[in-house]
Amino acid sequence: MKIARSILRPVLFCALFCFAGILSISPLTAEAIAIIGAKIHTMGPAGTLANGTVVLNDGRITAVGTELAIPTGARVIDANGKIVTPGMFDPYSQIGIVEISQVRQTVDGVQSNKRYSASFEVADAINPRSTLIPINRIEGVTRAMVAPSGNVNGDGSSPISGLGSIIHLGATEGFLVERHAALFVSLGESGAALSGGARGNTLLHLREALEDARDYRQNRQRYEAGNRRQYSLSRPDLEALQPVLSGRRPVVARVHRASDIEVALALAEDFGLSLIVAGGTEAWMVADKLAAARVPVILNPIDNLPASFERLGSTLENAARLHQVGVVIAFSTDETHNARNMKQLAGNAVANGLPYEAGLAAITLNPAKIYGLDQSVGSIERGKSADLVIWDGDPLELTTFAEQVFIGGRQIPMVSRSTLLRDRYLELDRAMPPAYAN
Amino acid sequence: MRRTTKLVSPRSRAVQELPDLNLAALGLPMLILTVLSLIVLPTLIGCGGQSTQEAEGDQNTPFASTYAALPSEPTLIVGATVLTGTGKLIENGSVLMQEGRITAVGSNLSAPEGARTIDAAGKWVTPGIIDTHSHLGVYASPEIAPLSDGNEATDPNTAEVWAEHSVWPQDPGFNTARAGGVTSLQILPGSANLFGGRSVTIKNVPSRTVQGLKFPGAPHGLKMACGENPKRVYGEGRDQAPSTRMGNVAGYRMAWAQAVSYRNKWHDYESGKTSMTPERNLQMETLLGVLDGEILVHNHCYRADEMAIMIDVAKEFGYRIASFHHAVEAYKIADLLAAEDICASVWADWWGFKIEAFDAVRENAALLEKAGACAIIHSDDEREIQRLNQEAAKAMAAGQRSGIEVDEAVAIRWITLNPAKALGVADQTGSLEVGKMADVVVWDGNPFSVYSHAEQVFVDGALTYDRNDPSYQARSDFELGIMEQKGVIQ
Repeated sequence: MKIARSILRPVLFCALFCFAGILSISPLTAEAIAIIGAKIHTMGPAGTLANGTVVLNDGRITAVGTELAIPTGARVIDANGKIVTPGMFDPYSQIGIVEISQVRQTVDGVQSNKRYSASFEVADAINPRSTLIPINRIEGVTRAMVAPSGNVNGDGSSPISGLGSIIHLGATEGFLVERHAALFVSLGESGAALSGGARGNTLLHLREALEDARDYRQNRQRYEAGNRRQYSLSRPDLEALQPVLSGRRPVVARVHRASDIEVALALAEDFGLSLIVAGGTEAWMVADKLAAARVPVILNPIDNLPASFERLGSTLENAARLHQVGVVIAFSTDETHNARNMKQLAGNAVANGLPYEAGLAAITLNPAKIYGLDQSVGSIERGKSADLVIWDGDPLELTTFAEQVFIGGRQIPMVSRSTLLRDRYLELDRAMPPAYAN
Repeated sequence: MRRTTKLVSPRSRAVQELPDLNLAALGLPMLILTVLSLIVLPTLIGCGGQSTQEAEGDQNTPFASTYAALPSEPTLIVGATVLTGTGKLIENGSVLMQEGRITAVGSNLSAPEGARTIDAAGKWVTPGIIDTHSHLGVYASPEIAPLSDGNEATDPNTAEVWAEHSVWPQDPGFNTARAGGVTSLQILPGSANLFGGRSVTIKNVPSRTVQGLKFPGAPHGLKMACGENPKRVYGEGRDQAPSTRMGNVAGYRMAWAQAVSYRNKWHDYESGKTSMTPERNLQMETLLGVLDGEILVHNHCYRADEMAIMIDVAKEFGYRIASFHHAVEAYKIADLLAAEDICASVWADWWGFKIEAFDAVRENAALLEKAGACAIIHSDDEREIQRLNQEAAKAMAAGQRSGIEVDEAVAIRWITLNPAKALGVADQTGSLEVGKMADVVVWDGNPFSVYSHAEQVFVDGALTYDRNDPSYQARSDFELGIMEQKGVIQ
């Protein structure tokens, strides 16, 4: 589907009979909008405003507060009785690099070419017209980390999977927010499977790679002149590891078992890595260590079964326990197609002991924090990108839906392939076949 | 924070009195009566190997249920918002459970002498949740190859295998499902084959044996699978039939034709036309069970056009389909499914993992309801089975948003009475009606809220889970020792 770089007409106008082509409607740029009367969870210093106003202009939030003057010429949206939050930010997805999981040609998150590991990137494979984008953004997902996968159906060639990039879901151009935002690696069982069948190999592999990258940094000229020992990685991989060694590019480690997390912490300490734990089923068991090292955790808070021998300690209280000791947590579904269900995860975490605001932060502000983007997104604050959602009720509730979604100040058309299918089949007793319906 | 859980103290399963029931009055089909007479008997004796009597007719009902309800006491739940499962919502309602059965539902009921009263003010009460599609026990946690027992993917037709012979009763998932209010579930073989084998419907209580789980009198199901999976496993995987959807359909039809001959052979023998005893064929016995209406067909089928084909295959050979499963496109033929009285077991929102799941809409269940079809929300997943109420809530809300009239009283049926119907046990459970099994959940709030929990779960009137009482939080053997640290906050 095609979405122009502009504000698009709200779907309400094309409820039943609009065509997919209508998704690219006449451009309206830089419109000033004032959303009034809503309860606003700013997730920022302003806290939660009972009857707040937020003003958007030129893609940014220009004011948020109560009893604000509405700028002249601004379009006013009365959101009385509604709830406004920052857009959801999926900290670990494959949005844009997978269309149909089991149609291999549509999957670009995993590869088997041994020449590239750390340098493998998904950025140029991202399809901003993917059907996953409208389906998820009309339910409030506005940003996502697009990450390479680890080991999928026998594909994958290294415990170092490659580089992830961050996108926004609001346009087909300029959607790449940060290229190469993090390096992804696999530890534990999946890492072992990708490095010769044992955890020890994974660590040898990672340490050798990092040591080689360090040596390469110190001896670039000699390497270029062919006057340096052989490295375990290709030149692009060695380059990709440079920002990792300096701690500027975080390393997201897929790891579940408590002892594996401890090993990851030690590795991070040795090489000065900026570590993020993903998965983290047993993270609660080493929560204090994670908190002390300021290592955030991306998790699925509904994991509560011993799905493998590295996840025996799974519990519904993982999120609450991590939060309690000060670990920054963010939530992600294991299912990219349904990134939209992040809010259900947050609701379940709250139902199992996590404070409400912390649950909301885990799907909005914290992903931005984890990737160092919280200066520009993640909360409703003056100067930040206007990514926000007007909900018809408590966003964490199952019966609540996004009514309107703004990404970079643009109002998103509330249409997706799924809503078009629904509209087509809403009435079955038409004279002509459904194929003529919309 | 989770309180430290203690081991559930082993309780002897007291000998239960047979509930005073007029089965005929409950309208049970003759089949169930016959089966009941064979299997209820051993349950009276209790388990633990003290049985001195053998059930009769072992050859006809092998692996008979030895299920015995856990100990119960007469219990009156009062002051709750009651969703009956029959489409009613009763404010300030009461439910009375005695001797394993529901004996009264209404408002302002008073407790009979000796009955325990549960004050459920502010709480909700629903029938026990029922899942038509689970692989608990056959794809158990941990998900490791030695415990992967769900697909006998060695031949496109394995109608002869029975899921119950794979079920590991120690799968920790049974307990977590119970904590989500699930009181009955169907465990199916996987979908690799055209005919995957027989399913088993169980009551969700801890048991040392699968026989102790089996829902007394519930018919077997036959798992059939349409579409991508069989052709991928055999065509792509092994270069053998089926490799196409037409190959799939040919595979079904050839097997059914064979089953018809098998039936004729036995008819000829039984009517004295021939004197040679036909050789037993376990694969054909399952298919014959379907043709005779004793085994219910549960057909994994995503696409609308394929469901329509399967309906015609069923008509050609004279059997019924109880439910389509994973029916992502059911909404496209909701009218046809309503006319044929075939249930559709669907997810609230799964999509996109395969091309036949590309056309999912959140309104699937609501559109089925609107067309008058039997909508079911199923899980197919060990995590989702723990919150089928949440899945139903999402599906309900999506329907409402599209202008379809569905409320909690209707949507609760998607996870209670409708699945009971598809499993052939709607006469026994699935709604809060007098005479039915007292499979009941007390929720600490509206079950369609993400913040609500199943607080107490009753199976046949017996408390099997209590969120506030560790002594009613069963744990499987697997969890002991290695999971002990779960209760320790570090």
